[in-house]
Amino acid sequence: MSRSAHALAASRGQQVLGAGAGLYVVLLVALPLAALLYTGVADGLSVLWQEVSSPVAAEALWLTSWTSLVVAALNGLLGTATAWVLVRYPFPGRAVLSALVDLPLAIPTLVAGMMLAVLYGTGSLAGEAFAAFGVELIFAPPGIVLALAFVTLPLVVRAVEPVLLEIDPAEEEAARVLGASPFRTFKTVHLPAIAPAALSGAIRSLGRALGEFGSIVVVAGNIPFKTLTAPVYVYGEIESGNPRTAAAVSVVLLVFALGLHAVARVIEQQTGSRRG
Amino acid sequence: MADSQELELRAVTPTNTPHSHSRVRASLTPIAIGEQPAPSQLRWGKPVLIAIVLAYLAAVLVGPVLAIGYEVAIVGLGNALTALTAPDALAALRMSLGLAAISAVVNAVVGTVLAIAIVRYKFPGRGLLSALADLPLAISPVMIGLSFVLLVGRDGLLEAPLVAAGIKVLFAYPGLVLGTLFVTLPFTVREVAYVLEEIGTSEEEAAATLGASPAQTFWRVTLPNIRLGLSYGLLMTVARSLGEFGALLVLGGSISNETQTATTFIHDAIEERKTAGAYGMALVLALLSVALWTALHVLHTREAQKKAR
Repeated sequence: MSRSAHALAASRGQQVLGAGAGLYVVLLVALPLAALLYTGVADGLSVLWQEVSSPVAAEALWLTSWTSLVVAALNGLLGTATAWVLVRYPFPGRAVLSALVDLPLAIPTLVAGMMLAVLYGTGSLAGEAFAAFGVELIFAPPGIVLALAFVTLPLVVRAVEPVLLEIDPAEEEAARVLGASPFRTFKTVHLPAIAPAALSGAIRSLGRALGEFGSIVVVAGNIPFKTLTAPVYVYGEIESGNPRTAAAVSVVLLVFALGLHAVARVIEQQTGSRRG
Repeated sequence: MADSQELELRAVTPTNTPHSHSRVRASLTPIAIGEQPAPSQLRWGKPVLIAIVLAYLAAVLVGPVLAIGYEVAIVGLGNALTALTAPDALAALRMSLGLAAISAVVNAVVGTVLAIAIVRYKFPGRGLLSALADLPLAISPVMIGLSFVLLVGRDGLLEAPLVAAGIKVLFAYPGLVLGTLFVTLPFTVREVAYVLEEIGTSEEEAAATLGASPAQTFWRVTLPNIRLGLSYGLLMTVARSLGEFGALLVLGGSISNETQTATTFIHDAIEERKTAGAYGMALVLALLSVALWTALHVLHTREAQKKAR
């Protein structure tokens, strides 16, 4: 499959090491996930459907779905724009800004939630400014979108950046010289190159957003039917001793997450882009 | 003149619709070759795009990061740090640092072995193993916690044998270790595999041809080559261990002085309105993550320099 996968002959010791590492992954990752999938569907799909379609669960799943989709679209557009600006437009402070984009990978999501709550919460400067216009950010869906945007920020930018850097400037020059407008140059030269990276980044953002917990707990307020997201609902059900309800809702999210993960991997493998 | 340009343009983009074609032609005619076309949208486009991106990054990233520093200043740095010297805060911090150390050691070994196996050898199930190792990135931390609860908790598949052996996993140290190892699995595998694919096999083959044993080849050729990638993966591993919250909350239960970590300490402090403790611990974690992020960038720059050479 991959060019460097030479069929080297493994020595006995290497075989044992490799088998040990493989067993480690199966026991650590596959076994618990199998237990989750099994418990979720053990009572039959009709029971699963009952759990998922209960008013609170359905509302939580809906909230998680639409906020995640908004963030994926936002990332796809603004993440690509960010990569574009960082790669192509020199301006003072660009290097620092480019490095800052990675910061959400290092900051604990719970701390990210606190940061947003401090800046946009009631009583804060920005929070009051928005409140004057009747817009509530924290303990409301916009706060959820902000938190998801923070934690997924690097995904699209870091996927698109290397692709933009690799585009041959000669292609762009050719298009310009031939009289294509900047927009047309973008559409015919850059867009086809960066679209797969932007798409896989957006898909990874979507998957990540569907499962986000730490930042949401702080920012959303977790009010059923208003700001209770699916992962927070799952946590609540675990705490209240209803692991089966938690498993049912989790299975639905898990199936989506696995599907998105698989699609993102296929896109990345086919275009040779990786490293989100 | 215009005709020949039009022809060339059609050759470059053969899928032109007649409509867009005529538009291009219209903008094409007045321009001489070599002259930069400067329609108004270009002059506007650049500053507007920069402004949009800066505003977005300020709202989502830079503003919040600065805001927490401001808030700590209001709470009082002294108060925040004093709250951190409480025994339960120190225990939580120590717990997180210990978990990070364990996951770094385990993932250094497992990540290297897995990456070599996946990139260098062909065996049945190789693709599946690679996908499995990457999977934790895609799964919600809460669901990771729940998976283990269902496996080893009440009525779980492994409950009986664990009880018989007298091993407590949930709300105990082993649960925290398992959760941390689960969420940190992908980082070293990914980074080392990436480097292995980049460098190819020629050096390793040369070593083997010259009579080096597999062990010698690994220590003298492969390891020096993957060192940067492995360090990069380990920094991400430590950052993620220190920051993990959802899985450890479910698995550990955040019992003060027992299974509380730095993040679950913050969560409880917020719930109990102990502001100084919450901000103090958040400040420590934020500073640690900035330090890790700086180290990541130093490595990144070195890697880029190495590639350029």
